[in-house]
Amino acid sequence: MIRIPFVLLFSAALFSTGVYGVLARRNAVLVLMSIELMLNAVNVNLVAFAQGMQDVVGQVFALFVIAVAAAEVGIGLAIVILIYRNRETINVDEVNLLKW
Amino acid sequence: MSAQEYAFAVLALVGTAAAFRLVTTKNVVHGALYLVVTLASVGAVYLVLAAEFVGWVQILIYVGAIVILLLFGLMLTKAPIGRETLDNQQRGLAALVALGVLAGLVFLIHGAFRLADAPTATIRPVSTGEIGESIFGGFVLPFEAISFLLLAALIGAVVLARKDES
Repeated sequence: MIRIPFVLLFSAALFSTGVYGVLARRNAVLVLMSIELMLNAVNVNLVAFAQGMQDVVGQVFALFVIAVAAAEVGIGLAIVILIYRNRETINVDEVNLLKW
Repeated sequence: MSAQEYAFAVLALVGTAAAFRLVTTKNVVHGALYLVVTLASVGAVYLVLAAEFVGWVQILIYVGAIVILLLFGLMLTKAPIGRETLDNQQRGLAALVALGVLAGLVFLIHGAFRLADAPTATIRPVSTGEIGESIFGGFVLPFEAISFLLLAALIGAVVLARKDES
């Protein structure tokens, strides 16, 4: 038996670490890694509630989130490599062509 | 506290510490290895919660595929070493925002559950068959949408990363 709030606290810690990483990191690949942290936090919540409510649907949603995360990281890395090829940098501070 | 809660506490501590090192490390490759530790401990948390199919999918897809993809991304781009080149100037502000998010979430969780009569996740192993019946029963349309999304992402990644001939 695991009390659900403990799992939720773990998930909250992972999520806020991911928020810090997205905001503080310059390297685009590290930003992508931090996004993975946040997606994992959501998945931990989904699985914890699925087990708490004895409902398999939460796990199915977690699997869908994993699939979308895989698609996201594939496209994200392709964009990062394209930016590196054009600008010789993946520093997200310097990629400001669309910045107002 | 039960044995599962002790196991969960150890895994959660390891995962959180590795996640913290991931966002503070000075070396991007070390960051990828810390990500492996975090993702593996999240997978182990799924196993402790008796969600074994999701746990192994987590290990296979995240540790096996996504981390390798990220490592390739690091190798194909220039990865300078050092905190100043990896972090921007808003580190303090970012820490403030992250702590605010954490405080808000902890407040919400604390308000929603009292620990004494908190709901517990019983360790009833969910068989892979149940998950399969759910996916191909009620969720077959979202499943098809996900497969189409993955196909589009695959083609998109190839088109984006291809060398321009002209």
